[in-house]
Amino acid sequence: MTLIAFFFYLFAILCVASAAMVIIARNPVHAVMFLILAFFNAAGLFILLGAEFLAMLLIIVYVGAVSVLFLFVVMMLDVDFAALKAGFAKNAPVGALVGGIVLVELVLLFAVHGFDLGVGGVLQAPAADAVTNTRALGQLIYTKYIYFFQTAGLILLVAMIGAIVLTLRHKAHAKRQSVPAQVARTPATAIEVVQVPPGQAVIPSTQGQS
Amino acid sequence: MEIGIGHYLTVAACLFTLGIFGIFLNRKNVIVILLSIELMLLAVNINLVSFSAFLGDLVGQVFALFVLTVAAAEVAIGLAIVVVYFRNRGSIAVEDINMMKG
Repeated sequence: MTLIAFFFYLFAILCVASAAMVIIARNPVHAVMFLILAFFNAAGLFILLGAEFLAMLLIIVYVGAVSVLFLFVVMMLDVDFAALKAGFAKNAPVGALVGGIVLVELVLLFAVHGFDLGVGGVLQAPAADAVTNTRALGQLIYTKYIYFFQTAGLILLVAMIGAIVLTLRHKAHAKRQSVPAQVARTPATAIEVVQVPPGQAVIPSTQGQS
Repeated sequence: MEIGIGHYLTVAACLFTLGIFGIFLNRKNVIVILLSIELMLLAVNINLVSFSAFLGDLVGQVFALFVLTVAAAEVAIGLAIVVVYFRNRGSIAVEDINMMKG
């Protein structure tokens, strides 16, 4: 049990510390790196809770895709961070006040009232004949929550289309195939009949080429 | 020492607070605002999964899965907007995003 406690405190402290560094870091790349560290430690917490599928999903999706996307954008945008951090000292007191109030409210919720979870006060140990977490999730998602699953897929599709529509640029000088133009060719524009006198070279004209 | 649900909820509360604090602190910087939103979503996910574990109900993890999905979609669109905005304007100062102001 102390091993679990040790790992819990390790993951929890690292998670909160790296989250604090995310908002404090001067360099945007450092901020994203600290977010990645926070995600890794949160995945560790998930594994402690027995949700290993979600933990791996967190690493694959959040760290592997979302954070990498952040890194791409941060490296692509040439931003003068020092100028943007100018309002730090001005906004800090109000932000700290609001953040402190939120934290106190959240902590008071369970410090005063406590959680009446019935049997659930202790972390449930898996039963002897239990299926794996992944299998159990699959049995739930694909039967009872199939509509939500399909909607999530639709949301991802819309996000993908939206991202492409927003950022795709047509380069004017790039040669592109235009199928209607190709199909609409007629012999009048495509073929030029030339009378070649014997023994002479004929330089083909560039009429009709674009 | 027995790690109860309160411990996990405290971690999630701290993360959520740091996310809110980050939005307040970095009002001028769109990237860090997006990062703070990700922190808040992570806090919510930790809450959902810890309740799911302590109550033995798998629905919390299903919900967390969908929150993960929507967060990824939102980051994609948000960053696409930032990129296009930067292409057109040359800066990502949040207070300059006021072209549609009446």
